[in-house]
Amino acid sequence: MTDIHTLSPETLLSPPLAPKEEFNADASYTAKPRTLIWWRFRKHKLAVVSLAFMVILGLLALFADFMSPYGPNTINRLNTFAPPNVVRVIHDGALHRPFVYPLKRTRDPETARVLYQEDRTKVLPVEFFVRGETYALLGLVETNLHFFGVNDRRQQINLLGTDSLGRDLFTRLLYGARVTLSAGLIGVAFSFVLGLALGAISGYYGGWLDAMIQRLMEFIRSIPTIPLWMGLAAALPIAWDPLFVYVLITIILSLIGWTHLARVVRGRFLSLKSEDYVLAARLAGASEYRIVTRHMLPAMTSYIIAALTLAIPEMILGETALSFLGLGLRPPVVSWGVLLQDAQNLRTISLAPWLLAPGIAVVLVVLAFNFIGDGLRDAADPYGQ
Amino acid sequence: MLSYIARRLLWAIPTLVFVSFISFVIIQLPPGDFVTAYAAQLRNSGDYITEAQEALLRAEWGLNDPLLVQYWRWISNIVLHGDFGRSLEWNAAVSDLIWERLGLTLAISTLSMVFTWLIAIPVGVYSATRQYSVFDYLFTVFGFLGKGIPDFLLALILMWITFVWLNMDVGGLVSPQFEGQPWDLAKIGNMLSHIWIPLVVLATGGAAGLIRVMRANMLDELRKPYVETAYAQGFGERTVVWRYPVRVALNPFISTVGWALPALFSGDVITAVVLNLPTTGPLLLQALKMQDMYLAGSFILILSVFTVIGTVLSDILLALSDPRIRFS
Repeated sequence: MTDIHTLSPETLLSPPLAPKEEFNADASYTAKPRTLIWWRFRKHKLAVVSLAFMVILGLLALFADFMSPYGPNTINRLNTFAPPNVVRVIHDGALHRPFVYPLKRTRDPETARVLYQEDRTKVLPVEFFVRGETYALLGLVETNLHFFGVNDRRQQINLLGTDSLGRDLFTRLLYGARVTLSAGLIGVAFSFVLGLALGAISGYYGGWLDAMIQRLMEFIRSIPTIPLWMGLAAALPIAWDPLFVYVLITIILSLIGWTHLARVVRGRFLSLKSEDYVLAARLAGASEYRIVTRHMLPAMTSYIIAALTLAIPEMILGETALSFLGLGLRPPVVSWGVLLQDAQNLRTISLAPWLLAPGIAVVLVVLAFNFIGDGLRDAADPYGQ
Repeated sequence: MLSYIARRLLWAIPTLVFVSFISFVIIQLPPGDFVTAYAAQLRNSGDYITEAQEALLRAEWGLNDPLLVQYWRWISNIVLHGDFGRSLEWNAAVSDLIWERLGLTLAISTLSMVFTWLIAIPVGVYSATRQYSVFDYLFTVFGFLGKGIPDFLLALILMWITFVWLNMDVGGLVSPQFEGQPWDLAKIGNMLSHIWIPLVVLATGGAAGLIRVMRANMLDELRKPYVETAYAQGFGERTVVWRYPVRVALNPFISTVGWALPALFSGDVITAVVLNLPTTGPLLLQALKMQDMYLAGSFILILSVFTVIGTVLSDILLALSDPRIRFS
């Protein structure tokens, strides 16, 4: 039976996106599997672009405190709902180093709403390696150096605008990336353990164990996930440490997410079980444990990695949705879902559309992981075809 | 055939029991119990009960009994008397609160499923028969976007766009001035101008995935010899495609009706919260936030039961449409 998770990558994806090329025959005979996988992966242009994007985003998130101009919780009373600054290079018809125009804050005389206007007479050059708020780089080195910023006592540079408390959204987006991305990774790590163990048992031993695990998986798939997540997440006491809640939320997400991985692992085990080299290993007297860990698992590593990559976006979407509803992570923790809570009603969005930026970040990351996963799945079997 | 259906129905029973048990465990998970919440509610209204009275109430309602005994009491009340317990926050029987909302949830879910199919099947068939055409690429892009955009974000953006461009507030099921009014043509028209957003939101998510499935299945089928035979016999393309490969390629649709239901319910919860629809979603969210656990547990139970029933129905449909399944 075909559903979206078992489709062959060939028919699902590669035709429109990855044109086939001929291998260089000589080189491909002698290349190591890892090299072959990389060659194949490289042909999937979108996947390569996505991989580069994710690496950059990962580095940005890792060094969020250095890359962002301000602190994630720094409130600026006089800069609420400021629109994004546009970085320009042309001032008065002449080329200029990158700069932004300062914003002038006024109030609408009738509605008392705060209005911002660019002051086109002055320029605020974007400076690199400026001194700003003090932080501890990677939690180790105390410093106040920031990658970029502006040298002005009153003006700020807000690449993505500010929120209702005047906090810089770009900064918060980078800090949120830490939590959201790592929630995806940790959640996938948990489901990896569960899925690998249960999938392996199910596929290798078969019989009633297999039947039971299959029933369990069917059962989990038949529960509406969001209500269940919501129920479990709501049961976590509010008073608990946010960090602990964060770990628990990822566990809750992975309790449901492991089934896809288990399916992939089981399927691979079923097909590998009858391979000659497995029989040979058994005849040579290898123990079950050795057969599984030394002979069968290495043959499916690439499939597992592909399945894991495809599972990450599910986790990220889950975290975002839960936090958005107010059941997942809660402020002071900054995650993309938490940031999107600010953009929950129509009034705020029409006033400050840039608050949807974390949502766009979610979409980009989910797409990137999907493309990488598809590319990996295509490349997973370098000897096929 | 009958024996297959009977077997399938028998399998559903342990699943149902398990689902109900999980729902009950969720009710029990938060610290404190019904009496604690009840006492807190009384305190809020200026009243109070003593520890001894609390203990008495616990004994009377059997809250000190083992979990399984309590579960049995809860589920037998539901099955035998249709009594889901009381909602503390609303101070009303749970069963009075949920049925209307469940009806709307079911209506929206079913409609959006039909909508999904109406989009996904023709588009998937087109993409497969005209592989690599401009529209095929276009639908591929659409498929990826639909997969990547979370439901609630799409709902927010659609709401924002209609607000900015059409100056319409499409939140809620009807505009505020129609609320509490009797149903007439104007109100129905107003509802139609609101209801399309949840339908579009729910349908795009589902259609995005199904288009890919349909396209892939069709591509597999179109390469098979029987298709060539049909062409060789002189049938036109339309007849060949729609009469044979489409029918085979539809199998995964039928078999995933059951899985589409939980996805739709899940999507509905979030979309409804964003769009402020009077479906189960917002009430469930509210109940969970207020720890109104009988209400929340009942919702989870009923949604799950619908899902199990949906899965059974889709299995039976599948067996009807594909004889290979019921004989294996």
